[in-house]
Formats: sequence, C-alpha cells, structure tokens
Amino acid sequence: MNARRKKRLALATALIGGVAAIASLLLYALNSNLNLFYTPTEIVHGKKDTGVKPEIGQRIRVGGMVTVGSLVRDPDSLHVEFAVHDAAGGEVMVTYDDLLPDLFREGQGIVAQGVLIEGGKLEATEVLAKHDENYMPPEVAEAMGQTHEKLDYDSSQKSGY
Amino acid sequence: MWKWLHSYADPQKAYKLSGTLLPWFATLAFLFIGVGSIWGLLFAPVDYQQGDSYRIIFIHVPAASMSMSAYMAMATSAFIGLVWQIKSADWAAAAIAPIGAVVTFIALITGAAWGKPMWGTWWVWDARLTSELVLLFLYLGVISLYASFEDKVLAARAAGILAIVGVINIPIIKYSVEWWNSLHQPATIKITEKSSMAPEMLYPLLINILGFGLMIGAITLIRFRAEILARNGMRPWVRELAKAEGVK
Repeated sequence: MNARRKKRLALATALIGGVAAIASLLLYALNSNLNLFYTPTEIVHGKKDTGVKPEIGQRIRVGGMVTVGSLVRDPDSLHVEFAVHDAAGGEVMVTYDDLLPDLFREGQGIVAQGVLIEGGKLEATEVLAKHDENYMPPEVAEAMGQTHEKLDYDSSQKSGY
Repeated sequence: MWKWLHSYADPQKAYKLSGTLLPWFATLAFLFIGVGSIWGLLFAPVDYQQGDSYRIIFIHVPAASMSMSAYMAMATSAFIGLVWQIKSADWAAAAIAPIGAVVTFIALITGAAWGKPMWGTWWVWDARLTSELVLLFLYLGVISLYASFEDKVLAARAAGILAIVGVINIPIIKYSVEWWNSLHQPATIKITEKSSMAPEMLYPLLINILGFGLMIGAITLIRFRAEILARNGMRPWVRELAKAEGVK
C-alpha cells in the first residue's frame, strides 16, 4: 500500500471511529429517554439507575404483562380495568375506555399510554399489544400449555346492551 | 491474490464478470423467492395467536434484514472506493443505494400493515422503528448526494462519506430491541441459539431471506452494468459494444 492510500485508510478509519464514539456517547446520555415505556416496577420504585419516579398527572407509557385474572369489564360500557406486572414484581392498575387490540389477552405483553392518576393508577388513552418473538402452530402451542384463546365476550357484550 | 482481485477493478472486466454472474443470481432469486413465498404463504401452518396475519413475516423480515445487509454492502463498496480510489467500487455503491432504499421502504410498509391489526397502531416512535426510518433517510441522502454533482468522482466521494458515517446506524437498528424497551419484539431468528419459531415456519422464511439477498444481488448487477456503461460512454470498448449491439 502506498503512502497516499495509507493516509486515506487512516482518515476513513478515524472517521468511522469518531462517529462511533460520538454515537455511543449520545446514546449513553439519552439511554433512559430512548425507552418507549416505564416498567411497572419503575413506576412503583423509580428507575433503576436514577431513582426517578413518574409524577401524578404525567403522561407516560407503561409496558408489561397483563396479570391473569385481573381483567374487569364494565358490563354497560367499554370501560376495562386490568393489572400490568413485570418479572421484577411491580404491578400497576390500568383503566381504559376504548377498544382493545386483537392480541390483547391476559398473560400477554402490552404497552399502555396514558396519564398517571392518584393511587398509582394509569388512565390509558391508548393500549397497544406487544407481540413476543415466538411463532408456532396452534397444536404446538397447545402441547406446550400456552394460552392462546382470544378474550371471551358474552352475548350481552356482543349485542352492545 | 490481491493482484487477481485488482484486475476486476478494470471497468471492462467488471462489466463482463457481472454479465456472467447475472443469470445465476436472477434464476436462483426467482427460484428461492418462489419456493419460499408459496411455501410460506400457502403451506406453512397458522400462528397460534396471530392466525394468518403473521404471514407478512415472509416479506417483512427478509426485506428488513436485507435492508441492513444492502447498507453494509454499499458502505463497504464506498469504503473501498474512497481508500483505494477504485471507481468500480464507487459505481457499485451507487448501484446498491436505490435498491436498499426500496427494500427499506418495503420493510417499513409491511411492518406498519402488520402493526395495525396486531399492536393496534400503524406507527410508534420506538427505537427499532425510528432507527429503520433513519436508515431510509440515509439511503435517500446517499442517492441524492450522488445525483447532485455533475462530477461523478466528487459525487461518489461525498455520497461515500455519508454512507460510511451512516454505518453506525446498523448496530443501533440490530440491537435497539435489546438495549431499550420497545414495542417491536426481539429477533425471532437467532444464530447462536435455537430460533423461537417452529421449523415448518422457519424454513420458508430462511429461504425467502436468501432469495431476497439474491434478488438484491441480481438487481445490483443490472444497475452496476448500466452505471459502468454510463460512466465509460466515451471508451472504445463501450463504443464497440454499442456497435455490436446495433446501437446507432
């Protein structure tokens, strides 16, 4: 390799190295802000690194698993209430007044956006289902004991009265 | 070995070689995408939760993973072109850019179409979706930088620097779902451990990923040949070629 090429190689490598360094510092600084949501534990106990808790009245997103058996549906309206928990043991109640997405099931991951109200409850304006990375045919899921039933609606809920 | 490789930096040889490779890439791409898509869309079993909606994965995942691979190929060519001043490498980078942009666009659109019924929204500004959108803008930047200079040597240098700087986005896309909480699920296909997908769904997916790679290769070869001709229009070998093809 001649001297000019060596110089250009060094320059190009320095460019990549410099950009990588800048980007990693930037991402490190922004780290907690790049999370799409709080986990329930972070709402109850505060963020792991900073201890910051979201305040009452703040608009936040919560992500976690819908606790099995926690879903309460108001028979007269779309109003639902359910608990969201995570592996670290935190749990937050979520209330919601709109249609739930297709993949919403107890035991399924969700991300809810809304306002934190008194008593650590989240008044959600949007509930998104979070899909996991597992794909399998129904027979396999059954054999593995995975729940995959959709939410049951009784006839009165379906007719809207 | 380097001597042998170097001879293909010559535009005429590169043109000939890509002409020989093209039918192989094209035929195999048709074969793989055909088999993968028909198997995936018609014969693979339904998913236990998503039903038939999951089948968009057979387009979405190949497009998304190839959007990153194409970017790496483009940046590598740009790097070689920049350091060793090999014009053929610059042309290769310019040939890949629009293909990468289209594949990225396909990944974003199919993802949105799947997100609406499954997540309940077309779009969220989570780390994975946002960084993939940045990738599209990087491609568009490279394309427009290359197009905006009359002097193509200068154009290739400007576009090449942008392409190389943009490489930093690739690991961010790849690991965004692991580093941060995001709505997008983590990777299903894992290289080091068992993939979290049933094999009868996984095989058509892998076939399609390979097929998309071959298709990008084939289209790149076509565009690369066109770029060589466009940049060497005054060379005697191109004129002879044109004469032999009967162009006036």
